[in-house]
Amino acid sequence: MLANLNTDQILPARYLKWPRSKGLGAVLFHDLRVDSDGKERKDFPLNQPLWQDASILLAGRNFGGGSSREAAVYALYDHGFRCVIAPSFGDIFAQNAVKNGLLTAIVSEADVVDMAATVSENPQLPVTVDLERKVVVCGNRTYAFDIDPVSRNQLLNGWDDVDLTDSYKDRIAQFSADYRVRRPWVIPAKS
Amino acid sequence: MNKPRTLIDKLWLSHEIVRRDDGAALLLVDRHYVHEGSFHAFSQMKERRRTVAEVALTFGVTDHYVPTRGRDKGIANPEIAAMVSQLEANAAESHIMLFGLRDPRQGIVHVVGPEQGLTLPGLLIVCGDSHTSTHGAFGAYAFGIGASEVAHVLMTQTLWQKKPKRMRIAVEGASAVGVGAKDIALAIIAKVGADGAQGHAIEFAGGAIRALSMEGRMTLCNMSIEAGGRCGMVAPDETTFAYLKGRPYAPKGQAFDHAVEAWSALASDPDAMFDREVTLDAVTIAPIVTWGTTPDDALPIDGYAPDPAREINPVRAKYLRDALDYMAIAPGKKLTEIAIDRVFIGSCTNSRIEDLRAAAAVLAGRVSTVPGLVSPGSSTVKRQAEEEGLDRIFREAGLEWADSGCSMCVGINGDVVQSGERCASTTNRNFRGRQGPGARTHLMSPAMVAAAAVSGHLADVRPLLSGRKV
Repeated sequence: MLANLNTDQILPARYLKWPRSKGLGAVLFHDLRVDSDGKERKDFPLNQPLWQDASILLAGRNFGGGSSREAAVYALYDHGFRCVIAPSFGDIFAQNAVKNGLLTAIVSEADVVDMAATVSENPQLPVTVDLERKVVVCGNRTYAFDIDPVSRNQLLNGWDDVDLTDSYKDRIAQFSADYRVRRPWVIPAKS
Repeated sequence: MNKPRTLIDKLWLSHEIVRRDDGAALLLVDRHYVHEGSFHAFSQMKERRRTVAEVALTFGVTDHYVPTRGRDKGIANPEIAAMVSQLEANAAESHIMLFGLRDPRQGIVHVVGPEQGLTLPGLLIVCGDSHTSTHGAFGAYAFGIGASEVAHVLMTQTLWQKKPKRMRIAVEGASAVGVGAKDIALAIIAKVGADGAQGHAIEFAGGAIRALSMEGRMTLCNMSIEAGGRCGMVAPDETTFAYLKGRPYAPKGQAFDHAVEAWSALASDPDAMFDREVTLDAVTIAPIVTWGTTPDDALPIDGYAPDPAREINPVRAKYLRDALDYMAIAPGKKLTEIAIDRVFIGSCTNSRIEDLRAAAAVLAGRVSTVPGLVSPGSSTVKRQAEEEGLDRIFREAGLEWADSGCSMCVGINGDVVQSGERCASTTNRNFRGRQGPGARTHLMSPAMVAAAAVSGHLADVRPLLSGRKV
C-alpha cells in the first residue's frame, strides 16, 4: 500500500490550469499511471479493467499531503471516487474532500492491508461505507472507521458552508466592528 | 487569574465569532492572499452572484505562472498567459489590489506579504497555497486552504475551522556556522516525519529559533507543512518588530507603538500546556540534504543513502527501494558522491535576501560546474541583491539571474528540471515529478546548493566557508 501519495502524485501541477468543466478524472494519478513514453503502466490498479470503475480507494498513510490544490479532490471525484480509506490524510486535503462530497475514512494500517487482501481475493465482493455507523462492511467483515465529527456532520447534512455562514450575518458584523475598534492596526496602512 | 494560554490559543480566541456544538468555529480572516491558482474560487463566487466581502483585506499576487525570463516580451505560452490575465481580470473586476506581473513589488506571495508589511503578528492569514504557513513566522495564524474555502473567504471574510492541537518544537542551543534555518527545518521533519505534525499548530521555540532572523523564521514556518503541520508559528519579539517598522502597509507612528504593545502579549504564557512537545539540540544539527522522495528522507551531508537490504520492516524496505530507484541512487551510496546536473535557488522557502547572501558567500570567486537558475523571491529582493552586487557573483559563477516567481519549485511557468536530471534545490518538496516529470530533487539550504554547484555533487558547505565572511 503506497504511503505519502501527495497531491502532486494525485494530480500533477501541470494540469492545474484545467477548468473543472473539462473534468479531471482522465489525468488522476497521471504520472503514476503512464510511463515517460506515454504508455500505460499495466501494474497500476486503475489501468486494470477490474478496478477502473472503483468508487472506493484504499491507500496508505498520509494520503493527500502536500499542496492545497483542491483539484486533486476534483480529479478523484471526476474519476468516480466517493470515498478514500487510509490510515491518515493531509489536513488540507481532508478539508477539501468534505467540501466536495468525498468521504475520507480513517482506519488502522492493519485494517487497510486486510481490506486490500480481502477485495483482491474476491473483487466482486460488495463493499459498503456506512457514514451513520462509521463502518466499512466488506463481505462478512466490518471495519470501524474514524472521521472528524465536523466533516461527518457536513457530509450527512449536506450543509452549504456559505448559507450557514450567512445565517450568522449579524453576529459577524457585530464581532468584526468590535474587533476593529480593539485592533485598529489590523487594517492595512496606506502605503 | 486567566488560564495560561499558548500563542495559538490566543490567536484562535481573538478570531472566534461563533462555535458550533460539533466543535467547528467561524473565524474572522484578517488577510486573504490570492494568486493565479485561485481561479476556481472566483468562478464559484461568480456562480453564486456574490462579490468580495472585504476588498481592503484581499490582495492578489501573480507568482505561480509568471515567466522568470524575458518578462518584458510577454508570455509566449497562451495557456500560461491566460492564467496570469485571468487573475488580472478577476482582481480588476473585484477591485482587489494586485501586485501584478509589471508591478515593481511583484514576487512570490509568501515573500511579498511580509515584505510589504501586510503580514503582521496577531493576524489570521489565509491563501490558497499550503506554504501560507510561512507567515506564522510573525506570530500570525496562517494556513493554506483549498478553492472552496478561498471562495468562502472571498464571499464572507470568514472561515469554518476546527481548532488544531498544540505542538511545541523547541530547538535549544546555538547552530554552528554553515547550518541555517533550512537545516533546522529538515532536521525537525526527519525527526517527526512528513505527517508527524498532522492536525497540529506548531509553535517553534527555544534559543536557536530566537536567534533566527525573520528570513530564517519564514523558512522554518514555511516547511511546517512538510512535517504535516496545519501551520507553524514563532512568537513575535524585537526581531519581528524591527523587521516590520517602516514597511509600506505596516502601522505607522503611534499606531505602530500600540500594535507592538498588543503583539508583545501574544507569546505563550509561561505555564501554558501543549498537546505535544518535541525538543532538538541545535548543536547536533549538521547541514542536511534529502536523498529520497518525501521531505523526511533527510540526512546529514556526511551520511550515506539507506540500504533496503538492512531494513527489517518489509513495507519500509519496499519504499526505500522505490525511492532509491526513482532517484537513481545506489543503496548505501555516500551522499557526497551523488553527482548533480543542475541547481535552483529560489521559491517561497529560500529566496529572500539573506538566502541569496548565503549562497553568494559560497559562490564568490568560484564557478558552478553545472547550469543553474537563481530566482529572487520578489522584484524588491532582486533590486536589493543587485544593489549589493550579488547578481554579479551569481552571473560570474555561471548561474542564470532571473526574475521572481514560483519558478522551478513547481515548474508550472515552464521552468522545469528535465526528466532524469538531478537538481540541488532550495525548494520545499522533493516529491516525484515536482520540478517536472521525472525530475530528481535534493532539498537543501541555499549555502548547500551553492556548495553542490561548485563541487558538481552534493557537498558539505562547511569547508568551503573557511576564511570567508558569512
